Amino acid sequence: MIKNISNLGDAALYCDFGDEVNKSINSQVIKYFKTIKEKKFEGINNLTPSYNKLIISYDLKKTNFKEVKNYVENINAEESIDINSKKLEIPVCCHENFSMDIKRLEEILKLSREKILENFLNKEYFCYMTGFIAGMPFLGDLDENMRAQRLETPRVKVPKGSVALTEQFANIYTFESPGGWNILGNTPLDVFDSSKEDKPNLINPGDTVIFKEITLDQYKNYNE
Amino acid sequence: MSSNYLEIIRPGINTTFQDKGRDHLYHIGIPFSGAMDNRNYLIANKLVNNNLDSAVIEFAYQGPHIKYSGEKINCAITGDVIFSIKKKDTEIEGNCYESYQIENGDEINIISTNKSVYGYLALGGEFDLKFQWNSCSINTKANIGSNDGKKLDVGQRINLKKINSNKDIKKTNYINTKIENIRVIKGTNFDYFSEEGKKIFYEKEFTVSKLSDRMGMRLEGPKIDNIVNTNIKSEGLIKGVIQVPADGNPIIMLSDHGTIGGYPKIGVVASVDYDRLVQMSPGSKIKFKEINLSDAETLFKLYEMETQNLLSQI
Repeated sequence: MIKNISNLGDAALYCDFGDEVNKSINSQVIKYFKTIKEKKFEGINNLTPSYNKLIISYDLKKTNFKEVKNYVENINAEESIDINSKKLEIPVCCHENFSMDIKRLEEILKLSREKILENFLNKEYFCYMTGFIAGMPFLGDLDENMRAQRLETPRVKVPKGSVALTEQFANIYTFESPGGWNILGNTPLDVFDSSKEDKPNLINPGDTVIFKEITLDQYKNYNE
Repeated sequence: MSSNYLEIIRPGINTTFQDKGRDHLYHIGIPFSGAMDNRNYLIANKLVNNNLDSAVIEFAYQGPHIKYSGEKINCAITGDVIFSIKKKDTEIEGNCYESYQIENGDEINIISTNKSVYGYLALGGEFDLKFQWNSCSINTKANIGSNDGKKLDVGQRINLKKINSNKDIKKTNYINTKIENIRVIKGTNFDYFSEEGKKIFYEKEFTVSKLSDRMGMRLEGPKIDNIVNTNIKSEGLIKGVIQVPADGNPIIMLSDHGTIGGYPKIGVVASVDYDRLVQMSPGSKIKFKEINLSDAETLFKLYEMETQNLLSQI
């Protein structure tokens, strides 16, 4: 449930669902997101669900804070129980060509490479949100002993397809971009495809993702 | 092949096609984009008898030098821009907010924006561009939009699909006003900052850094001290949000911003001041002034009425 609604500037609503990060709060956020998106309220131009917040931005020429707040307060998000989620397997190659931060992770986590991969692969992760860069999924939760901080100095260029970790989350860099997450491997899958306008994202909030290891040869010969 | 086209002799620093931008995509990580200075974008289109949501060429600092081939067409430049138009045997210095007719072989040389950042070149017609999600706006970070999501390059040819039959010459006397204070609404993490930090935010001057682009404007100045946490759980952003990372220097989110972020939000620029904010070039001094939501809404309404008024007079 929404605990509090305030304004973010003069053209957005800030819906606060709490401070914790967990699947149950995030599912509430996603339910509201899907309900509002389907209803197409005149003037709302963007919805950004995240772990425990939903930002609703609107065109100040068409509506205002009071109207949108009133509308959101009277929505019954329980109506749309179906969050329509998928289960996806993502191939990942953790060859040393790709796992740029494996040494750093071994040091911080005090675990061997084998143990890190064992802890990470073949487990179900929940997609809390997508964004920052187009299509980037924020997946969680990693095991307690797998949680490392961001790099002190972010990389200027993280290669496309990089699978990376920070704190309790994993993500996938959908295209080359700056970034500070710990890189563990790389997927040959196109996780974001701008030519598919109706469904550019392979992974969407609410989906479950399992990483399956592939060899360098399989990576090179990968064919979607 | 279209017989009406532009050739890029010099692309300029950051020259892109922009229109009204694309909405309903934040949840997948795609920002609004669109013309940075919306008012100047609309005026440019009106001056050449285009639909107001037509694509224009946006440039920053140094603009493009282009050569036109084809039948007669109108063009207009808005912003605070120094440019010339070269015809067969003459070269004239151009005025912003005035349309010109150009013909086969003419050149437009956009030398620079003057103490501002963005300018707009509209042609009276329709460029032949690829649309993605109902917009041709180029987002160079995600390579989305027309021109494969890349800025314009030297030697490129840009075709026109259509030339407006209405070739009336238009002119308006608009002057880009500068403002001393950027009005802001308190951010959702305002109380993360020390009393001293809050005072600094509203009372001290900040300088626009060179590390500013269509994604964000970085500011330098006295450090704003955070007393709660320099990170928050990542959440949605909108344009105009002012984030303060651990180093204490504010960053203002602009039209191509990342859709989510994890730095505390000290404030949000009021919509009424956004067009003028983006025109502040590196080295400019910024001071923030707090306003409340209802004043921000009223001021935006007035600004919008003024924009409509300006457009109706053209």
